Amino acid sequence: MANYIGQPVKRVEDKRFITGKGKYTDDIVLPNMTFAYILRSPYAHATINGIDISEAMAMDGVVAIYTGNDIPEAVAGVPCGWQVNFKNGDTMKEPPHPLLVRRKVRHVGDGVAMIIATSREIARDAADLVEVDYDEHDAVANPADAVKPGAPLVHEDAPNNLAFDWEIGDKEKTDAAMSGAAHITRLDFVNQRVVPNAMEPRAAIGDYDDSKDHYTLYTSSQNPHLTRLLMCAFVLGLPEHKVRVVSPDVGGGFGSKIFHYTEEALVVWASRQLNVPVKWTSDRSEAFLTDAHGRDHVTTAELGLDADGNFVGLRINTVANMGAYLSTFAPAVPTYLHGTLLQGLYTTPAIHIDLKAAFTHTNAVDAYRGAGRPEATFLLERLVEVAAMETGRDPAQLRLQNFIPAFDGVNEPGYQTQVALQYDSGDYHAALHKAMEMVGYDEFRKEQAAAREQGKLMGIGFSTYIEACGIAPSAVVGALGARAGLFESSQVRVQPTGKVSVYTGSHSHGQGHETTFAQVVADQFGISLDDVEIVHGDSDSVAFGMGTYGSRSLAVGGSAIVASCQKVIDKGAKIAAHLLEVSEEDLEFANGKWSVKGTDKSVGFGDVALTAYVPHNYPENLEPGLDFSSFYDPKNFTYPFGAHICIVEVDPETGKVEVKRFVAVDDVGNVINPMIVDGQIHGGVAQGIGQALFEEVLYDDNASLLNGSYMDYTMPRADDLPMFEVGRTVTPCPHNPLGVKGAGEAGCIAATPAVVNAVVDALRPFNVKDIRMPMTPERVWRAMHSNGNGH
Amino acid sequence: MIPTTFSYHRANSVSEALQLLRECGEDAKLLAGGHSLIPAMKLRLNQPEHLIDISRMSDIRYIKVEGGMLKIGAGATHSDIAKSSDVRQHLPMLAETAALIGDPAVRNKGTMGGVMAHADPAADYPAPLLVAGAEIVIQAAGGERVVPLTSFLTGLFETDLGEQEILTEVRMPVFPSNTKSTYQKFMQPASRYAIVGCAAMASVDGGTFSNVRMAFSSVGDKAFRASDVENALNGQPCSEDAINNAVQHAVNGVDVLSDHFASVEYRSHVAKVYAKRALMALL
Amino acid sequence: MGVTIQVKVNGKPYTSEVEPRQLLTHYLRDTLRLTGTHVGCDTSSCGACMVHVDGEAIKSCTMLAVQADGCDIKTIEGMSPDGNGTLHPLQEGFKEEHGLQCGFCTPGMIMAAEALLKENPNPSEAEIRHAIEGNFCRCTGYHNIVKSIQYAAEKMKKEVQHG
Repeated sequence: MANYIGQPVKRVEDKRFITGKGKYTDDIVLPNMTFAYILRSPYAHATINGIDISEAMAMDGVVAIYTGNDIPEAVAGVPCGWQVNFKNGDTMKEPPHPLLVRRKVRHVGDGVAMIIATSREIARDAADLVEVDYDEHDAVANPADAVKPGAPLVHEDAPNNLAFDWEIGDKEKTDAAMSGAAHITRLDFVNQRVVPNAMEPRAAIGDYDDSKDHYTLYTSSQNPHLTRLLMCAFVLGLPEHKVRVVSPDVGGGFGSKIFHYTEEALVVWASRQLNVPVKWTSDRSEAFLTDAHGRDHVTTAELGLDADGNFVGLRINTVANMGAYLSTFAPAVPTYLHGTLLQGLYTTPAIHIDLKAAFTHTNAVDAYRGAGRPEATFLLERLVEVAAMETGRDPAQLRLQNFIPAFDGVNEPGYQTQVALQYDSGDYHAALHKAMEMVGYDEFRKEQAAAREQGKLMGIGFSTYIEACGIAPSAVVGALGARAGLFESSQVRVQPTGKVSVYTGSHSHGQGHETTFAQVVADQFGISLDDVEIVHGDSDSVAFGMGTYGSRSLAVGGSAIVASCQKVIDKGAKIAAHLLEVSEEDLEFANGKWSVKGTDKSVGFGDVALTAYVPHNYPENLEPGLDFSSFYDPKNFTYPFGAHICIVEVDPETGKVEVKRFVAVDDVGNVINPMIVDGQIHGGVAQGIGQALFEEVLYDDNASLLNGSYMDYTMPRADDLPMFEVGRTVTPCPHNPLGVKGAGEAGCIAATPAVVNAVVDALRPFNVKDIRMPMTPERVWRAMHSNGNGH
Repeated sequence: MIPTTFSYHRANSVSEALQLLRECGEDAKLLAGGHSLIPAMKLRLNQPEHLIDISRMSDIRYIKVEGGMLKIGAGATHSDIAKSSDVRQHLPMLAETAALIGDPAVRNKGTMGGVMAHADPAADYPAPLLVAGAEIVIQAAGGERVVPLTSFLTGLFETDLGEQEILTEVRMPVFPSNTKSTYQKFMQPASRYAIVGCAAMASVDGGTFSNVRMAFSSVGDKAFRASDVENALNGQPCSEDAINNAVQHAVNGVDVLSDHFASVEYRSHVAKVYAKRALMALL
Repeated sequence: MGVTIQVKVNGKPYTSEVEPRQLLTHYLRDTLRLTGTHVGCDTSSCGACMVHVDGEAIKSCTMLAVQADGCDIKTIEGMSPDGNGTLHPLQEGFKEEHGLQCGFCTPGMIMAAEALLKENPNPSEAEIRHAIEGNFCRCTGYHNIVKSIQYAAEKMKKEVQHG
């Protein structure tokens, strides 16, 4: 029994997936279900003069067609969940994001009409018969262009397309530090827009039951409760207790399924109008147009160094793309998940970022795996690499020289950064040393030199990173503009037979919570893993939840579970003391039983559970039952960190990059299931490599998406990637009970700059300083033939 | 993703298919492997009234050597071609080409005839087929005609195939056993079509190039023979220098394609690189 | 206008009237309610819909149900070797080597891997990666999928040896 923590326990959820029994939203069929098709704008910016639905309505099997004018005024658009203020204190511009557009479309894919029919075929056919008369206008897709004077406006009431401007850090101190710097490294770059591309396209089913005046929404969401809250309170004005939201099996999210989307509210609203279930399932083409995208920053970054190579200042200027509307967490991404991470692992004493958040005629940009932290890591790690190159230093040594010294957060205090955060614990030197050892750094440099002699272009790239995870202390984020708390809830229900049902507000869409959380609970109680079941994803079973993103499930959701387990153990002790006729203080709980200290007298977990539900011989004044819930609000963010090293070979003739090796050392605090943690790192690294080498959303001059399918948006495939070499250091988180920090985003945060740095290192003989991502063969080839200008 | 409605007809033989084509009129499409047509129908870029399924016509699914010709039935799949011992023996580059199309599941369905009739400029087969001097066999109600590939491919997604005709076979001569051939492909990373596909064939007996043939897929709006490379190389010694000089002519006179994966300049450069790689592979 | 087809799916015969435009993947999912076969894209790229038709791996989003008339189809639901819940070595491999996370690509991935191992019982890492190039996974970075297939290959070799 027990000691599951730290073991690579095989996943309990796997069986349904490997046998085809997984139940995703589109797999659900309800009686009398109808099918919705959303007719979307083909234009990025246009005025709707009129919509003629008459021919479509006449089709057999068409149940209803709704346009923006059919949605009552009382139904609001989908809200934004995070408020950032302008530097001058004004509230950010927050134009409504209507469920269906009434007058003006603002990006290709904006919803114009919803066609509901008895089959998806009829709905699709009818959509072809809806006539929309558009007046097309000029549009802008690039955020840096959008904030220039004269750019086409996305919203009339957002001058210069500014959603907000924002800064953090000490500008005066930073300017002074930069003017005193012996050397300044400057980079202008684009952190390009990418598509999360969870393999399961989004889907939603609204099901209104008029006999109970009750609504059910099935949706492919990372956080069903938050969706319910936003939809009920801010969009449809529904009583929350009359609405159930279920996120069944969800085929990946990577951020894109955090947000409350228009289609969720539409199917619920339409189901109420029609009194039948309404299902909508996204095509992949639609997903490219409507799933919130990630990244999309245009940045100027400067790093100041003194003559000894110490970092003295960091000055950043960024324009971040918000898209046409503010998605649920969009304002937080370039600000509190990005600006506050600019300390990185370094002791840089003066930091300032000036940020503009721009509206453009594009689909929304919001959190994508890492959310802001990859952008921060990218600019830091590119700057450091180029600074090493420019000042003739070794890139690893330059990092080690500037790292914050190790601190455990217990005996030594946390590290107070220049940009608001206080790091919990870390040993950054250890992670980089371990990665260098794994890769064989010194040998590689010899191998590289020999390869260059033969005309082969090998390169090594470093990336060291820190992230703020375990999101987040509610009071802190509240002060920063979050319109929700970011705690997590749990309920631990010990059944009379000693079996345990655990209800968590975290949601698993690949992360393996049903296993990891069960390991935690089994160890807490000293019982078998088979006796624990984890329930998630249903607002009817789980009291409340803030969902899964920001690598928060174990650090926040897991902590909430531990808190409930502790309440069970505390109450169990009262029952055990009664059964053993001793006082509670004489008992200790271990290995699934309460024992009288210093004796062999004990009572087991199962017996106590049974007694709690059959309270014949029972303490006076104690309630029956053994069932506790908890809400855990973290004390701080958690701060995973690590060092990734990539080795590439560049084809000198075509510029094609091959990733030869990828070493990842991540410190995610204590590890519950190393197999699952490694899997998270692998997947994150693959996505990070994807951004570095393959992925990019492209728009034309009219802000039309040019590559909205897998035929021209490059997804990393099996033969594009190597086996990954994964290592670990362990610096426990000092402020949560499991000592865990989170592992979901690490790979994706760290990998991207490691690959770029490796390619730039490979091209050292060509004096290349930077290459724009994705580093397609053509871009790399051009870099080799452009005397150091990779753009 | 749902196609528009259509009537479905299955033809079990070429004669049945021709009969159906006559009956269905001009809004009919032939369905072979379906890997271009069905996605296009799902996206509603193609909305046929009638779909004539020729994917089960056993009379065009064959690969054989006959009368000094390698004959590939239009219904032969890419898998059939990649695995065919006849193809591997007589025209290894064609087996190499087939093995590089799409992915295993695509190769199991996609056919030679489907690719050639669709005439996607990014398709792989045209280059090796040009090099091999292939001919296209076309059947119509009135009988059969055989056209050289060079006149069959007329442009971007355009061929010489008439509406009442069916491409039934691609045939090419069997080459002497000392002939070497290869297909080298630089892939478009998303679709895995070619950015540049280069097929080359030559004899290298006695350390001298002769009978050099080279063709490119996916570089121009249709596949083309790189005759300037061929001319520059015939009679030259089998050396890297000779190859380097010759491949400079790879895209002479060609209107080179451009897309967001490869500009004209880059695609032209890669064509030269892959021409060299193909020729080096023959040595 | 419906067309009647007869198919065998996972050993069971079915007779159905289908609309000619119905894709095989929708026939399996909507008509037969075999929802282990997934739809992940519109362009025959991702492989989530992969099934075997007459023993060959195909993408069921790029085949019409009418085209499958008379065919023998195998889906992920038919992978159990004894039809009785025993896991196929590939299913076991994916569990043992953590070859899946969200599970959406897994059925297609297993069908692709089975086709590979039938032809090449002893594939190299490169051959495995090549064989699953038409199957996208966004969760695993493919690392553990490769290991899962290697696990199955080993196990199947042993099973053959011990006949």
